[in-house]
Amino acid sequence: MILTKAQYEEIAQCLVSVPPTRQSLRKLKQRFPSQSQATLLSIFSQEYQKHIKRTHGKHHTSEAIESYYQRYLNGVVKNGAAPVLLDLANEVDYAPSLMARLILERFLQEHEETAPSKSVINSMLRDPSQIPDGVLANQVYQCIVNDCCYGPLVDCIKHAIGHEHEVLLRDLLLEKNLSFLDEDQLRAKGYDKTPDFILQVPVAVEGHIIHWIESKASFGDECSHHAYLHDQFWSYWNRDGISQCCSGWCGTPGLSDSSASASQSAGITGVRKHFLPGILMKCVCK
Amino acid sequence: MAAVLESLLREEVSVAAVVRWIARSTRGSEDNPGEAAALSSLRPLRKEFVPFLLNFLREQSSRVLPQGPPTPAKAPGASAALPGRPGGPSRGSRGARSQLFPPTEAPSTAAEAPLARRGGRRRGPGPARERGGRGLEEGVSGENLPGAGGRRLRGSGSPSRPSLTLSDPPNLSNLEEFPPVGSVPPGPTGTKPSRRINPTPVSEERSLSKPKTCFTSPPINCVPNSQPSALDTSPWGLGLPPGCRSLQEEREMLRKERSKQLQQSPTPTCPTPELGSPLPSRAGSLTDEPADPARVSSRQRLELVALVYSSCIAENLVPNLFLELFFVFQLLTARRMVTAKNSDPELSPGVLDSLESPLFQSIHDCVFFAVQVLECHFQVLSNLDKGTLKLLAENERLLCFSPALQGRLRAAYEGSVAKVSLAMPPSAQAVSFQPETDNRANFSSDRAFHTFKKQRDVFYEVLREWEDHHEEPGWDFEKGLGSRIRAMMGQLSAACSHSHFVRLFQKQLLQMCQSPGGAGGTVLGEAPDVLSMLGADKLGRLWRLQERLMAPQSSGGPCPPPTFPGCQGFFRDFILSASSFQFNQHLMDSLSLKIRELNGLALPQHEPSDEDGESDVDWQGERRQFAVVLLSLRLLAKFLGFVAFLPYRGPEPPPTGELQDSILALRSQVPPVLDVRTLLQRGLQARRAVLTVPWLVEFLSFADHVVPLLDYYRDIFILLLRLHRSLVLSQESEAKMCFLNKLLLLAVLGWLFQIPTVPEDLFFLEEGPSDAFEVDTVAPEHGLDAAPVVDQQLLYTCCPYIGELRKLLALWVSGSTGRSGGFMRKITPTTTTGLGAQPSGTSQGLQARLAHAFFHNQPPSLRRTVEFVAERIGSNCVKHIKATLVADLVRQAESLLQEQLVTQGEEGGDPAQLLEILCSQLCPHGAQALALGREFCQRKSPGAVRALLPEETPAAVLSSAENIAVGLATEKACAWLSANITALIRREVKAAVSRTLRAQGPEPAARGERRGCSRACEHHAPLPSHLISEIKDVLSLAVGPRDPDEGVSPEHLEQLLGQLGQTLRCRQFLCPPAEQHLAKCSVDLASLLVADQIPILGPPAQYRLERGQARRLLHMLLSLWKEDFQGPVPLQLLLSPRNVGLLADTRPREWDLLLFLLRELVEKGLMGRMEIEACLGSLHQAQWPGDFAEELATLSNLFLAEPHLPEPQLRTCELVQPNRGTVLAQS
Repeated sequence: MILTKAQYEEIAQCLVSVPPTRQSLRKLKQRFPSQSQATLLSIFSQEYQKHIKRTHGKHHTSEAIESYYQRYLNGVVKNGAAPVLLDLANEVDYAPSLMARLILERFLQEHEETAPSKSVINSMLRDPSQIPDGVLANQVYQCIVNDCCYGPLVDCIKHAIGHEHEVLLRDLLLEKNLSFLDEDQLRAKGYDKTPDFILQVPVAVEGHIIHWIESKASFGDECSHHAYLHDQFWSYWNRDGISQCCSGWCGTPGLSDSSASASQSAGITGVRKHFLPGILMKCVCK
Repeated sequence: MAAVLESLLREEVSVAAVVRWIARSTRGSEDNPGEAAALSSLRPLRKEFVPFLLNFLREQSSRVLPQGPPTPAKAPGASAALPGRPGGPSRGSRGARSQLFPPTEAPSTAAEAPLARRGGRRRGPGPARERGGRGLEEGVSGENLPGAGGRRLRGSGSPSRPSLTLSDPPNLSNLEEFPPVGSVPPGPTGTKPSRRINPTPVSEERSLSKPKTCFTSPPINCVPNSQPSALDTSPWGLGLPPGCRSLQEEREMLRKERSKQLQQSPTPTCPTPELGSPLPSRAGSLTDEPADPARVSSRQRLELVALVYSSCIAENLVPNLFLELFFVFQLLTARRMVTAKNSDPELSPGVLDSLESPLFQSIHDCVFFAVQVLECHFQVLSNLDKGTLKLLAENERLLCFSPALQGRLRAAYEGSVAKVSLAMPPSAQAVSFQPETDNRANFSSDRAFHTFKKQRDVFYEVLREWEDHHEEPGWDFEKGLGSRIRAMMGQLSAACSHSHFVRLFQKQLLQMCQSPGGAGGTVLGEAPDVLSMLGADKLGRLWRLQERLMAPQSSGGPCPPPTFPGCQGFFRDFILSASSFQFNQHLMDSLSLKIRELNGLALPQHEPSDEDGESDVDWQGERRQFAVVLLSLRLLAKFLGFVAFLPYRGPEPPPTGELQDSILALRSQVPPVLDVRTLLQRGLQARRAVLTVPWLVEFLSFADHVVPLLDYYRDIFILLLRLHRSLVLSQESEAKMCFLNKLLLLAVLGWLFQIPTVPEDLFFLEEGPSDAFEVDTVAPEHGLDAAPVVDQQLLYTCCPYIGELRKLLALWVSGSTGRSGGFMRKITPTTTTGLGAQPSGTSQGLQARLAHAFFHNQPPSLRRTVEFVAERIGSNCVKHIKATLVADLVRQAESLLQEQLVTQGEEGGDPAQLLEILCSQLCPHGAQALALGREFCQRKSPGAVRALLPEETPAAVLSSAENIAVGLATEKACAWLSANITALIRREVKAAVSRTLRAQGPEPAARGERRGCSRACEHHAPLPSHLISEIKDVLSLAVGPRDPDEGVSPEHLEQLLGQLGQTLRCRQFLCPPAEQHLAKCSVDLASLLVADQIPILGPPAQYRLERGQARRLLHMLLSLWKEDFQGPVPLQLLLSPRNVGLLADTRPREWDLLLFLLRELVEKGLMGRMEIEACLGSLHQAQWPGDFAEELATLSNLFLAEPHLPEPQLRTCELVQPNRGTVLAQS
């Protein structure tokens, strides 16, 4: 399933400064009933991450952290059971998980005097019961399960999607009887950067020659497309061939369908579904 | 100039600032203002600094190296005063190439040699001038040109010079210092820093004591194998090689030479400086002075100068890197010091303080300085050949002065694989008849065709005769063959016949001389390429022996003139004798064409990340191909340069003044024979300098004096200079140029800059490229320059003079005095141990020759095919062995390792030790590789050859071709395998070991046995990511905040858990992190169920899950944990304060579900009783509201009071009939 650029932009338009919560996602779904939840979530996540990247700095000044922490303390004193941290994050337009991390870090600093190591914080976020303060633990947990764009659970989901789709892609290649080398085999041969699969015999798909396939567990908007192109694909390109197509699996089985339509969608090469069950598809034709 | 050094020594300016000051015309902003000011006043002198420094060092060292060859320094002194007229009268005074051992070679028998002649011939800063400096023969020598002393910085400019000799009142009776007129003054006076070194040839002409002139070759009627240093008046100015003579003859000469030296040699050597006065010593009784680091006189000063000097070298500010290294090696191996009688310091007024005393006051100083410099150039040293490295690493002085450097050198030596052999056997096969060009259709008439055939015969006859006779003393090319050659040329009337003949000539040239060096005339009948691998073992030994016996001892110092060694001499002489302008013109055309063709050849480029290991096999082939192309290009370019500039070269000194101007005007009209400027520019742009520059240098080395003054060529020189300056070795230019490529270019360029015809001021006067030398490259990022195409073998082949370094060191080791010019050659006799069924060496050689002859008669495509097949099969064989034998061994290693780990228990031992054990067990199996490889080649090659050759190939030819292909492929594969198989097995086993250990690694439990999905699984289960996301939604609903109308239905929950079960049973998509998160989420879900916190959709009254439903869900979860999760489930979290705390919020509190869960956990064996008790116990430590704590205590009591193993029956009943409220009642 392919989104046109207009559709994509319309969705993105609705996502300006919306908190990354279940509720927002529900509203979004009501607004665009024709899109699957996964697609919407993936676009949402991507847009939100861009937004956070832009505003990240202002939440990390020491004054900001201090004021957040004070507000948190005041809120908790008033009512420990209320979603203090979550509301705070939504109010200042910051991801709840990240806010939770911020406050946790600050809290540990205050109570343990030595700056907590990153791994300690990460493990506390993964398992809030390790947090010494029960109220804070609940607050953090609430933030994490309510955040649909950041946090350890979301990271795990993304990782799982990446893995699942590699498996799916492999099955598809096996089914199509295409001979390929996967990442592990390539690494064993000493490649440092590898795409997910290199086709041992290139295939032509509607006029484009595909040398390797990379699946990406994220939505392929213009920005990430360029970023990936820059970081990864050129380095594959330098290694593996003059022309290749990188395509992700896109829900509909059949490689031919994926890459061709991707390159046809103008402007954005391959805006494709999905985030959750689907995956980005992108296509580099050189 | 001295002022700069002065201020440096006084530490007014830093070394870095000085180097910046020299290297850049515009001062860098990083200079500190004080330093900048100090230096800016000296700015006009900037470009004279390096020459000054070089001369300064040479001069300072002159007392140390009276015996050894002087190291030339091509530094403009006098000519600097006459810029723009480098070909002017000062020309001669540069002394061109001076002798290798000037002081010692003056035989007393030559005393009657007229001084005038000597002075006149040499015109150099030679003996005459030296004496002039002492005020004895000022007028006679007539060498008082303004600034004539510039090179040596005499007078006020060279304060140290007087301290050396002028301090003595002239003692006219001292025969050593004032020898009879005509003899060469001994000692330091002979060590003029002149431009060239002539080798000390072991030749009979020596007794005539002919003055040496540069660029000389024997006169027509001279003995043909005379040394390049011999006097020559022939216009070609090209020395014949120090040819191979019989050993007997050479020994005889050595003997003569030695006796001569013993008779004479009033050398002013003074083995003990402490004595203070020169004692004549005999050459035979020279003793080496030991060098002691503790006795270095002025460390700091030496360090500073060494640093500046090293920096200049590193920045390529000196013309010739290897020349400087040679000089430094000389210092390192200096034997003793001539006493300096500098008791009289105020000798020259105006002498500056720190330059007043000599830099090198003792041997210790010299060695210290040398080691300092060498330390800065370790990288270059480590890239020299293995032999040189060995000698360096074993040098006791180096060890004594810098153990660290010695250690690094030793390590480099041990790691080096760069064995260099310079004597490759030449092949003197005739060019086979070329049916495609040499047929009647290409000739205008039958007669022309016949003439051509006849000429062909004559040509080969001449060649054979030359081969037979050219080593005989008294045989002369011109006398013996000249008339026949001219008669033959006379028959070539038609223009096209010339072109045919030229083609033949050129082919023959390439065939005979392509082999590196082309030394020696002995024909072993081997082609330099793949064929040489046939029987490489025995033949290789034979050649090595031959090399040691026959190789010229010295190729003429570190900067020999261009020569035509070996077979090349024949072609040179042929051209000269033929003296046919048609022939020359056709030859030039043909050479130009071939050069263009080869220069443009697309050489395979290195694929950056090919599979390592076996790519070595392929890569060697590419390197060899590059070497062949490069050597051919150099050969062709050399002859092109020779022929093209032939008409302009002459023995007479280059014209000056108006004459020169008019010649310049005339010559600038003439178009270049080959547009080398464009080729150079293109080569630089395409990053192929490593191919283009070496042959261009060969071409330019034959240029006459006028050439560098022409605008066209001046551009080329400027480009080359910039290139030279840009090739800073220490810069790791990413993907720009490989180290050895750079080294090759630096060596050839350095050599070119030392050629007499290249104006010496060119290097220093050229306003240095202030900024980095950047050519706008149009080429892909990875040009040829970036590929490691040059190896030490090629480097030494192209630049045999680098080998002088090794000879210098060997000389030191052998302890010979250096005057004989030879070093000890120890030849270890090798016995031919029976190597099984292998044919003897001679029969191998015969085989090789037979193969060669076979190809000779067949079309070239046959040979190409066979070579191709051999190449590929050999490479495939290695890959095959790797995939079969090595893989098997790795599997064995893995199982052995498992055993080892089992027997050794937990520790498993040190991985390195394990690896050692495994390798020692497995590596011996590598020996099978050879047999397997042989078998593989035997099996595969014939089929491939058969498939590639035409169907119609006669059976005999076919089988021969197959056999040769098998042999070559086997040779290739076995050579690689025997060299690398052990390392390969080691590497693979090492990888396997680390893999296995890692797998054993930190979490053996987590890895456990992982079940895949059942065979019937169709992988239709929901994806893990989907489930995590769904459960997360439920969790977020439960944790809130939520809208009033939000909730989940009990059915949904049940469905969710059902899906979870499916997902966990289908392992296809499950990765460990996902499973971990699912486990944790399920535990959270259970806690929420127990605490009754999950909002349920449905009739508003019933917001809560029914007890029965809740138990059913918990049961599902329990069975999932028990049955389906394969990783650990963090069940203890159920009793974490946070999750138990959830209960505190519910009112009324219901404990029965928790109790139920705990019981079930115990019953299913998911958690132990003790574990639960511990968790419950730790719960008490947390802070709870008062009543909650009480209830908790009751719960734990209740749980503890239960029988340890309740009847299963009872449980079931309880399940069916939930006894709601029991806990509450008790609370």
